[in-house]
Amino acid sequence: MKISYAWLRDYLKLDLPADELAEKIERTAVEVDGVIRPSEGLKKVVVGDVLECVEHPDSDHLHICQVDVGEEDPIQIVCGAPNVAAGEKVIVALPNSWIGDHTKIKRSKMRGVVSNGMLCALDELGFDEKLVPKEVADGIFILPADAKPGEPVFSYIGMDDEIIDMSVTPNRGDMLSMNGTAHELAAIYDQTPTMPTVDLHEATDDLADDDLDVTVEADEQAVPQYKMRLIKNVTVAPSPLWLQIRLWNAGMRPINNVVDATNYILMQYGQPLHAFDYDSLTAGKVNVRFAKAGETLTTLDGEERDLLDSDLLICSNDQPICLAGTMGGLDSEVTDMTTSIALEGAVFDAVKIRKTAHNHNLHSEASMRYERGIDHGATQTALDAAAAMIAELGNGTVANGTVIGRDEDVEPVTVKITLSRINHVLGTELSAETVADIFRRLDFPTTVSTDNEYTVTIPSRRWDIHIPADLIEEVARLYGYDNLPSTLPTGQPTIGKLNETQQIIRDSRKLMESAGLTQAISYSLTTETKARAFALHASDVTKLDFPMSSERTTLRLSLISGLLDDLAYNNARKEHNVALYEEGRVFFSQPEQVRPKEVEHIAGAITGSMVEKTWGTAENPVDFYQIKGIVEGYLKSLALAEPVRYEATTDHPEMHPGRTANIYVGDDLVGFVGQVHPTTAKAYKIRETYVFELDLAALIAAPKAHQQYQPISKFPSITRDVAMLIDDQVSNAAIVALINDKGGAHLQKVQLFDVYNGKNVPTGKKSLAYTLTYQDQNATLVDDDVTKAFEKVLTALTDDLGAEIR
Amino acid sequence: MSLQDRLTELRDQGLADIKSADVLKKVNQVKVDLLGKKGPITEVLRGMRDLTPEERPKVGAYANEVRDRLQGAIDERREELEQAAVNKQLVAEKLDVTLPGREVPQGQPHVITQIITELEDLFIGMGYQIVDGDEVEEDYYNFERLNLPKDHPARDMQDTFYITKDVLLRTQTSADQPRSLENHDFSKGPLKVLSPGRVYRRDTDDATHSHQFHQIEGLVVDKHITMADLKGTLTLVANELFGDQFEVRLRPSYFPFTEPSVEADVTCFNCNGKGCAICKQTGWIEVLGAGMVHPHVLEMSGIDPEEYGGFAFGLGPDRFAMLKYGVDDIRNFYLNDVRFLSQFYKKG
Ligand SMILES: [Zn+2]
Repeated sequence: MKISYAWLRDYLKLDLPADELAEKIERTAVEVDGVIRPSEGLKKVVVGDVLECVEHPDSDHLHICQVDVGEEDPIQIVCGAPNVAAGEKVIVALPNSWIGDHTKIKRSKMRGVVSNGMLCALDELGFDEKLVPKEVADGIFILPADAKPGEPVFSYIGMDDEIIDMSVTPNRGDMLSMNGTAHELAAIYDQTPTMPTVDLHEATDDLADDDLDVTVEADEQAVPQYKMRLIKNVTVAPSPLWLQIRLWNAGMRPINNVVDATNYILMQYGQPLHAFDYDSLTAGKVNVRFAKAGETLTTLDGEERDLLDSDLLICSNDQPICLAGTMGGLDSEVTDMTTSIALEGAVFDAVKIRKTAHNHNLHSEASMRYERGIDHGATQTALDAAAAMIAELGNGTVANGTVIGRDEDVEPVTVKITLSRINHVLGTELSAETVADIFRRLDFPTTVSTDNEYTVTIPSRRWDIHIPADLIEEVARLYGYDNLPSTLPTGQPTIGKLNETQQIIRDSRKLMESAGLTQAISYSLTTETKARAFALHASDVTKLDFPMSSERTTLRLSLISGLLDDLAYNNARKEHNVALYEEGRVFFSQPEQVRPKEVEHIAGAITGSMVEKTWGTAENPVDFYQIKGIVEGYLKSLALAEPVRYEATTDHPEMHPGRTANIYVGDDLVGFVGQVHPTTAKAYKIRETYVFELDLAALIAAPKAHQQYQPISKFPSITRDVAMLIDDQVSNAAIVALINDKGGAHLQKVQLFDVYNGKNVPTGKKSLAYTLTYQDQNATLVDDDVTKAFEKVLTALTDDLGAEIR
Repeated sequence: MSLQDRLTELRDQGLADIKSADVLKKVNQVKVDLLGKKGPITEVLRGMRDLTPEERPKVGAYANEVRDRLQGAIDERREELEQAAVNKQLVAEKLDVTLPGREVPQGQPHVITQIITELEDLFIGMGYQIVDGDEVEEDYYNFERLNLPKDHPARDMQDTFYITKDVLLRTQTSADQPRSLENHDFSKGPLKVLSPGRVYRRDTDDATHSHQFHQIEGLVVDKHITMADLKGTLTLVANELFGDQFEVRLRPSYFPFTEPSVEADVTCFNCNGKGCAICKQTGWIEVLGAGMVHPHVLEMSGIDPEEYGGFAFGLGPDRFAMLKYGVDDIRNFYLNDVRFLSQFYKKG
C-alpha cells in the first residue's frame, strides 16, 4: 500500500520528515518497504510556455519550439512529439538537467537545428509506464494553463510528494486504505483525524429502484452485503489532474473519471466498488450467484475464463457480467460512450474471493482487500461517496435511493480484558490510566469497572480485533516494544539435554569429521531415478503432487545419491579430491500410508585422495579398504553388543559387484560399503568413487555392549605366526572364523599381517599370513600347550580350507 | 723410588693419558691399563707387604686417593666425550621444522550445523529439550493446528509442496509443536522445546531463495510467561550469534499462531547501527519472528489459555549464516563445493 504523505495531511497535522513517519509506522504498525520520492535524482526540470512552434524544415515530424522558461529570452527546443503546439505549458528538461533513469540532457543539434533541452513525457521523468494515463502516453505531458514558466515542474504533477510504501500484513487489512492509515496514525500521534465527509445530492423524483432490479441468490455467508446506486447522464472524460496525481502516486493508472472515482474511493475507504455500464445490463437486472460448470466470462483484460462453481458471479438476466470482487467483464465495462452507471458496493466472503483470485491467477486491488476482509460498516458510505464523486466529475445525477440486494446489521464487537491480564502477559506494570489512554487514542469506546476490567467496543473498521490477546497487542505496540522490560522465564527449572538418539547423531558427525570426511547437506528432493538409487531396502518413493521443477520431484531413499551429485559438482570445478559425509533422513514408503517412514541415515562418499600429495607422502587414491576402515572405526566406537559382519554382495545394481559388502550387525542388515559401479559413476559424471550408507536409526537402536572392566593379565602372551597359500576364493572372514573356532581357550587375537598374490604365487591362489596371540588370564602359558593349540589350527586350515602352510 | 713416589708418578702419567684420550675406547683402555687387576697400581699395592706396619696405612690411604682421583678423571672424561658425541649427532639430525607435517585428514561440520549446534547448546543450558519432528507432515499439524485454516490468506506467505491434499513437506519446524503441547505433562513443569530442522517451500532456487532450508523454532509454555521473557530470550540468541554489544528491537508483525506477533531486529553487526548496504541503511537487520502463543493454538491442544500462556520464536540458520559470513548465494549451502565448506572451520 502506497501512502501519499500529501494526502495524509488532509487527515492529520503532520510535519515530521517522511523517514521518521515511516520509521514510526514500522515500529508501531506494519512494515515499511521504503519512502519513495518521485523527484529524487531529477534536476533542472521546469515549466515551459511554448511561445512558437514551427515545423522543422528537414524533418516530417520534428518541431522547432521557442519556449519561455522564465528567463529573459525564450530558448529553442526541437521536439518530436505529435501533440506539441504553441500556447501549451510543457515540461522542459533544461540543458544539463537530469531526468528519469539517470539520464542527463545536453544541448544538442537535431537535423542541423540547435536544441537547448527537451520537452518531456511522463515516462521520461521516471514514471512507471503502467501508471501513465493512456491519453497522454503518446506525447509530451501538457501542464495546467496556470503553471508558471521557469518553476520546477514537480509540484504540478505530484512529484514533490513523498510516498510511504507499506507492506501490510494479512491481519491489518484496515491499513489498506487512507482512512484506516489515518486512524492508525491518529492513535500513534494522539490526534483527532479529519475524516472525509460525503456530500451526496440525490435526485428527488428519479428512483433507482425503478430502473434497477438486484437479487442475490448466493448465501449470506458468501455475500453479506450487495448494494447498487444508479448515476445518470454522466459524461465520461479524463479526470482532473489532482485526482490523477493521487491515483498515480498510489500506484494506480488513471483511466477515466468514473473508474478513477471508484479507485479513489477504494483507496480512501478500502471498499472495492465496481462501475457497470448500465446500458449493457438487460432490463436493469442484476443477480448474484455462483457460477455453473461450463460457463465462461471474458474479463476486462480480454481473457476468456472458464468459470468454476466456487466463483461468485455478478450476472445480468443470469448472463455473467463480472467475476465478483476480482475483475469486471469486458461487455459491461464503462467506456467513453457510457452515460449511465450502475455502481456496486458489496461485501464478499474472503475465502470465496481468495479461491477465485487464486484459481484464475487474478490478483487485483479489489481481491486483495476482500481476501483480507473489509470494513462492513463502511460499504454504504463508500458507495455514497463514489456516487457523489462520479456525479460531480461527470456532471451526472444520482438517482434516489440505494437498491439493496442484501444488507446486514453490523454490530460492534466488545472485548473484555483486565489490567492485571495485560500486565501478566506483557511482563509490565502499566497503570490503569496508561492502558485507558491507549484505548482512547485508538478511539475505542471503553468503560472500566472498579476492579480494572475494561469493556472495549471495537469499531467495525478494526475487524481484526475480537479476542483479549488482540487488545494486548494493541496496548503493547502503542505502549512501545522498546519500553518492555527484558527478562528470562522464571518458574520450575527443567533439565535440558540431548536424548540418546540426538547424542549419538551428534557423536556420529564428529566421528566422521575426525575420520577426514566433511559434512555435506544435500537436497532431499531429487529426480525419481536418483531418489531410488542406492536404496538400502526395496521401497517405493514419495513424490510431490505438483513439483516446481523436474529436478526436484521425489524424496530420496539414500543419502549416497545426493553425495554423488555433490561430487559431480566438485569434479566439474576441478576439485578431484573430495571426501564428504551426510547425516539426514531418507524416506521409505509405508504400505497404506501417504506419509513415508523417515529414517536417519549416515553416508559417505570419497573420490581421489584423502590426503593431498605432498613432499613426504605420495598420492594415495582412496580404495575399498580405506573407506571400509573408516566404517569399521566408526562402528567400533558405537560399542555395539552384537558382532559386525561384512558380506560380499551383488544386490545393489549401482555398486561394483566385486567390491561391495553388505554390513550386518548380528543378523540385521544395517548398510553397505564399496565402490560405485563404473557405469553408475559415468551417469553421475564422477570418477572412481567409494561410498557407504548406514542405517543410523538401526545403529542407534542396536543393543550396546555391556561394558565391564577386564583385569589386565599379569602373565606374558605367546605369539605364533602362520603363512599359507590358499585358494583365491576363500575369504579372510572364513579363515579368521576357522582360526577362532579351532584356536582354543587362550587364543586372544588373530591379526592378518600380510596378503600377497604377486610373483611366486600360483594363479588362483593367494598368500596370507596371520599372527595368533595366546594368553591366559590366570597363569603363565606353557609353550607346549600353545604349540598343541596352534597345530590344531594348522590342521584345520589344511583339512577344511585346503591351505598349504608355508 | 718410594712407593709414594711411584704412585705419584703413576697418577700424573695416568691423568695425562686420560686427558689425551679423544675417543671413549681410549678412555676405557686407560682404565684397564691403570686400574685393572694387572695394572701398576695393583702392583704397588701388592708391594705393600714389604712395608712396616706404621708405613702401611699411610701408603694404603695414598694409593686409594690416587685410584679415586684417576677413576674420577676417567668418569669425567667419559662424560665429556659422550656429550660431545650426542652434540655431534644432534647437529647432524637438524631438520627444517618449517616443512609441513604429514597430514591426518580432518573433516569439518557444515556451517549450518555449526549454527544449529551453537543454539542447541545455548537452549539446552536454559533447560530446553530438542525436538525433531517429521519432514513430511500433515496439513493439519503444519497449518490448521497453528491457527492457519485452509484458505487463510496467510497461507500465501508460504507456498507449499504437497504430496496429497492433506500431506505436505513441512514449511516450518513448529509443525511438531502441537504434538509437544498435547503430550506435555504440565504437572512436571513448563514446556520448553527447541525444534531445529529442514523445511521446504515451493520456491524457485536463486541467490536468495531455496526450496530447502533450515529453521529453528522455540516454544515455551507455562503459567506465567511474559512478552518481556520473550524479549530477554531473543536478546540472548542475538548475543550468542553476533556478540553482546548488539541490541534487539521488536516491532509488530503477524503470524497466525502468535498474538501479539513481533519481528525482531538486531543491530547491524556490519556497521554497528550506523547504516550500510547490508542493513539497507537502517542500522538494523531482521533476524527472527516471534510472539505470544495464540490462545487458539493452546485451546486446540487442550490447554486452557486462561491458565497457561507462552511464547514462540523462529529463526533461519541459513539467513544467519549468510549475514554472519557474508554469503551472497543461499545455494552455496546445498551444493557442497569443498572450497565453500572448508571455509568454516570450527568443530561442532
Ligand atoms: Zn549495516
